[in-house]
Amino acid sequence: MRVLDALLPWAALVVMLLAQWLIFVVVPTEAQMGIVQRIFYFHVPAAWATFLCFFVVAGASAVYLWKGSRAADRLALASAEVGVLFCTLVLVTGPIWARPIWGVWWTWDPRLTMTVILWAIYAGYLMLRAFGGADEAVARYAAVLGIVGVLDIPVIRVSVRLLHGIHPAVLTTKEGGSGLTDPMMRTTLYVASLAMLLLAAWLVALRVRTARLEAEVVGLRRELDHV
Amino acid sequence: MWRGVLTVLEKDLRIEWRTKESLASFVVLGVLLVVIFSVAIDPSPQDAPRLAPAVLWAAFVFTGLLGIQRGFVLERENDCLGGLLASPLDPAVLYLGKLAANVVLLAVMQALVLPLVAVLLHAEMARVLPALIVVLLLGNLGFAALATLFAAMTVRARAREVMLPVLLLPLLVPVLIGGVKATEAALRGGFGAAVGALGVLVAFDAIFVVAGVLLFEQVIRD
Repeated sequence: MRVLDALLPWAALVVMLLAQWLIFVVVPTEAQMGIVQRIFYFHVPAAWATFLCFFVVAGASAVYLWKGSRAADRLALASAEVGVLFCTLVLVTGPIWARPIWGVWWTWDPRLTMTVILWAIYAGYLMLRAFGGADEAVARYAAVLGIVGVLDIPVIRVSVRLLHGIHPAVLTTKEGGSGLTDPMMRTTLYVASLAMLLLAAWLVALRVRTARLEAEVVGLRRELDHV
Repeated sequence: MWRGVLTVLEKDLRIEWRTKESLASFVVLGVLLVVIFSVAIDPSPQDAPRLAPAVLWAAFVFTGLLGIQRGFVLERENDCLGGLLASPLDPAVLYLGKLAANVVLLAVMQALVLPLVAVLLHAEMARVLPALIVVLLLGNLGFAALATLFAAMTVRARAREVMLPVLLLPLLVPVLIGGVKATEAALRGGFGAAVGALGVLVAFDAIFVVAGVLLFEQVIRD
């Protein structure tokens, strides 16, 4: 664990620098959208990091309810915070890209709707944690919400498809190609995604450590009160 | 097991029958919301029927949110929850009983809001009533499945008036979208185009009734 903690920030830094070089120097400019399309290499990796974080929340929540492990509870909290952060990044980079391409900042397209709903679910999760304090009951409530949230994701995904849509598919080729014409674009996307995931993992690790220290402080204070 | 469910259901309905608190707030709030949505959108007479599904479901969701919390506030006020927990009832049975009571109350509310929307927004509902009832009950069950679980949770949290809607509304989006789309299809005279929407409602109901049964213990035990 300790070795991993020490390695993560450096790995994140190196891959992130490599990703920046690929995004801004190497990868060709997209023919139709122009320079603004480069935001894609932040937008999509951030979305993947978001999903990964929310699935970790659910997994850690289930482990917490099942085993009562405090470490799992802290991992769930940390992943939810980092997930909301990356989800916010998706919601900020999306409109910057959409404005010149679609002519509007926002549209109620299935993917956009889904992202903003996910953001709201996990923002609610953080509110529940913030209002409840470090209570054991609140940890259980949050775990229930973490599990219910992830069960809801596939249903939300199907339901938002009932709305009208214009968002491009990224890697699937269902509707006539993904738009990633140059092989370098794909490579850049993968490197940028790895960079984003490493960054997310590092942030989660930092947040878990902070939560552990917080719990220790609370424990020490309680001991002092009894002296 | 079913005896326990019926006992809880009967208890909740009897309390409701004697106080009529939830029903009163359901009715007044339901009427108000339909009026407010209609006034805010200000549709022309031709456009009004097209808005009926959206107004119906928005009114249903917001009224339901406020009504469902009442049931648990009552349990808490006189420490009845402690009594229920001390009873030999399994938490899953308790959940199903509470769920059943909430489904009944929500159905009464829907029965009041539906004709109101039909009249105020000129939607032709009498013809397709059976289809509408199916859609409304499917939405009702999914809504109540999650709302019962979360009302039990937020009733003990601080700032509970804010927490319940904040947690529930985003989770309920599939019920809202599925309900509106299926109602639109039903009003047009058939479910042909609404298979997807009905599927969403059925899947939502199945997933969250099961999740509620399994998770309810975690939110009510001390």
